[in-house]
Amino acid sequence: MPDKPEFWRWTESRWTNPDIDWKGKVITAGVDVGSVSSQAVILANGKLYAYSNMRTGSDSPDSAMKAINWAMEKTGLKLNDIAYTVGTGYGRVNVPFSQRAITEIACHARGGNFMYGPSVRTILDMGGQDCKAIHCDERGKVTNFLMNDKCAAGTGRGMEVFADLLGVSINDVGDLSFDIDTEPQPVSSTCVVYAKTEATGLLREGWPKNKVLAAYCSAMAHRIMTLLERIGIEEDFAITGGIAKNKGVVKRLEKEVGIKIMETSKYDPQIAGAIGGALFAKALYDKGKRK
Amino acid sequence: MITMGIDIGAKNIKVVILKDNKIISKSNVLAGFEVEKSAQEAINKALKDAGIKKEDLDKVISTGTGEKLAPFYNETKSVVGCDSLGAVFLHPAARSVIDVGAEEGRGMRCDETGRVLDFEVNEKCAAGAGAFTEAMSRALEVPLEEFGPLSLKATEEIPMNAQCTVFAESEVVTMVHNKVSKANMARAVHDAMASRISSMIRKIGFDKDVVLIGGVAKNVGFIDSLNKDLGLKVVVPKDPEYVGALGAALAAAGWKGGK
Repeated sequence: MPDKPEFWRWTESRWTNPDIDWKGKVITAGVDVGSVSSQAVILANGKLYAYSNMRTGSDSPDSAMKAINWAMEKTGLKLNDIAYTVGTGYGRVNVPFSQRAITEIACHARGGNFMYGPSVRTILDMGGQDCKAIHCDERGKVTNFLMNDKCAAGTGRGMEVFADLLGVSINDVGDLSFDIDTEPQPVSSTCVVYAKTEATGLLREGWPKNKVLAAYCSAMAHRIMTLLERIGIEEDFAITGGIAKNKGVVKRLEKEVGIKIMETSKYDPQIAGAIGGALFAKALYDKGKRK
Repeated sequence: MITMGIDIGAKNIKVVILKDNKIISKSNVLAGFEVEKSAQEAINKALKDAGIKKEDLDKVISTGTGEKLAPFYNETKSVVGCDSLGAVFLHPAARSVIDVGAEEGRGMRCDETGRVLDFEVNEKCAAGAGAFTEAMSRALEVPLEEFGPLSLKATEEIPMNAQCTVFAESEVVTMVHNKVSKANMARAVHDAMASRISSMIRKIGFDKDVVLIGGVAKNVGFIDSLNKDLGLKVVVPKDPEYVGALGAALAAAGWKGGK
């Protein structure tokens, strides 16, 4: 293949809390191996200490290993220092160093509760290859959920396809989609394959790229709306997952639901599942100690 | 009596001219982005081959996703209506018809006059249409014409998890990493697509005489997978992609079964 720019490639990230010294504390970890991205979160005595967020490779155990190693980088931590690890996400049973696998639905609710506070009742997790609407209580326990994992419309992967088609870096899609004269009608095809054909036609008609992006962001918001309508939205409402970083979709969805969407806090919204996993790991570790 | 059927599909435009219920010419042109222009081109081609003029046509019926984009026509008729009529004309015993086109899949049941009794359509999702095999052959870097025959050389049945075309593209990449042979992958792709089509046709039920038409009916790999899935041998007429246009021309001639 010629070296075509990879417009879909989103920025990987890692972070360490400079105010915490992990030594002497209980270290627990959550590793979320998704179909597109993998995250590792490390907690020290239940406080967020470090995380990594990277692209999933073709091999789940390998991706889990890479994510945890990157999170531990330059911290002096070793795998042996981690008291308990929970694996979650699509590849949760393939996290070789974990003691337990917990579904991403439970982890996202728990992580969302930690990130956005106990008032959050609806969490929309917009992942790479699926989209889940989760209802939870004030402790972050799941009360109901709905998901689409069959179709790329309304998922991060669909957005990647569009970024590639239009030659726009996926990180810029949101901002560019607002750099338009008037808001266009949403792209009418549901299927990403057909939406691509439709977008090519719009470009041929002379639509500027940004307008096509706006039409796609709005189609995605609309698609998500139909999922949310089926389960209902209870306030407060927060979004996790990669699409939470795409203002083009989030702002349009906000307009459509007519409810304020909680601002993405200081954390990367993609790590919600891994945070939930790490919190479960802490709880499970504590429970084991008491026995 | 001379009639014309125009079938404007998502990818190709097909035209059939009938004289006293015999096909005297047919043409097939890529729709492209300027559909009206391509439709005119297809019509001109068919007229020229038949050696007649537009004025010689007694009646013209247009069908397909883009039926209204035909430069001229007397009436439009539903695709399922045209499909059934065309299928019964070519295979009088046909009571179930499956039409798999570039962007749509349809299943229908009809009576001996070609009248539609029940039908099911998928036009929302690429997974049950030609677009799926096209995307997969591209992902596997196998020319589309070779993709079907390659599938027949498969040695193993490998299930595909993804339904969505976009997700399936990633899945075949994983299969490549896992050193699955291209023949086995082609089989997996056709099996997956056959399963989508068969679940659609099962919703309305089917008889033993099933006719398969549309552009995808030329794909031997898909036919094989569909036969296995349905547990019968589907009948594929010659030039299966023209059956819709043929049905439209038959409808224009007022044909209602028999010869």
